[in-house]
Amino acid sequence: MTTRLLHGDVAVDDTLPPLGVDVTATTVVLGALASRDWRPMHHDKDFAVERNGTRDIFLNTPNQAAWFERYVTDWTGPTGRLGRMTFRMNTSVFPGDHMVFGATVTGTDIDAAGCGWVDLDVALMVGDVATTTCAVRVALPVGDDDNPWNRRGDGWRPDSEGES
Amino acid sequence: MSDVPTTDLAAIPDGVLARIGQVQYEKEGGFPVEHGYIWSTCAATENGNPLFWDDAVAAELTDGPIAPPTMLSVWFRPHHWSPGRTEPAVPLQAHFDLKDDLDLPEAIISSNTITFHDPVRIGDRVRSRQVLKSISEPKTTKLGRGRFWVIDVEYLNQDDALLGVESYTAFGYRRDEGGSS
Repeated sequence: MTTRLLHGDVAVDDTLPPLGVDVTATTVVLGALASRDWRPMHHDKDFAVERNGTRDIFLNTPNQAAWFERYVTDWTGPTGRLGRMTFRMNTSVFPGDHMVFGATVTGTDIDAAGCGWVDLDVALMVGDVATTTCAVRVALPVGDDDNPWNRRGDGWRPDSEGES
Repeated sequence: MSDVPTTDLAAIPDGVLARIGQVQYEKEGGFPVEHGYIWSTCAATENGNPLFWDDAVAAELTDGPIAPPTMLSVWFRPHHWSPGRTEPAVPLQAHFDLKDDLDLPEAIISSNTITFHDPVRIGDRVRSRQVLKSISEPKTTKLGRGRFWVIDVEYLNQDDALLGVESYTAFGYRRDEGGSS
């Protein structure tokens, strides 16, 4: 049965279960092409090494965003609706790396429209290095009858600020 | 970061200042939103969210199939080639314009915020437009001397509904030829 997390199930300082992924050249190329990123540093190792000065091809940013989304919605289930994500890219992820996603709940609130929000600090780690961090604001149902996806117009306020 | 100059930067040209707040490069994506790319993205990230695989779940929760929100920028990325074009198209042209106009040959994207509004649906024709929001005073970082700028890319569908906004903060710079960090 698919998880459908409710807003009331979540508290500040909760941690999400980690997700580990072994990165291969296929991971990088598949992600780049799926996100329509044709730049050679994401599929041509010679170009990446000689022109970018990196040790190999590396995960592109739009595909990293898709990994972060997958990680968060694995936790929320399909009723979780992303409102906002802020990325900071520190260093690159290469074939051969073992990337591990982890996250902590930093805030929960219900906005003036009645939408339940959870704020998360998510990190993509390779070893001890946070290669990318992402602040995520995701809406969760406030009850069994609520569905954030039904919110439109003034009922959907992804720009709202949390109280954390 | 400091404001101590190590390399002189030219003043921002009036033509560049006039672009702040103006809509630029409004264009429609090269094809309607389609399921193939959605499944490719989910496969690339091993994303089993039933919203994107199970029509019954999509019908129940989102009134039909939608795209993963983080695919927002996918729908405006140009084809690698199209008839009559001799140079690859650049997705974030306003950014590359600033590099040229401010004579700052290097640039990095230091942060990126995506705000998601209405869901993107199969068959949508996604239109994007770029808005230069701000340009900073000269700054010196460990990369060199340059300026920060913020560019928003707004995405709308064929009904003019706002789908999302990507806000890029970039630092355009000249390498510090003096070697200091």
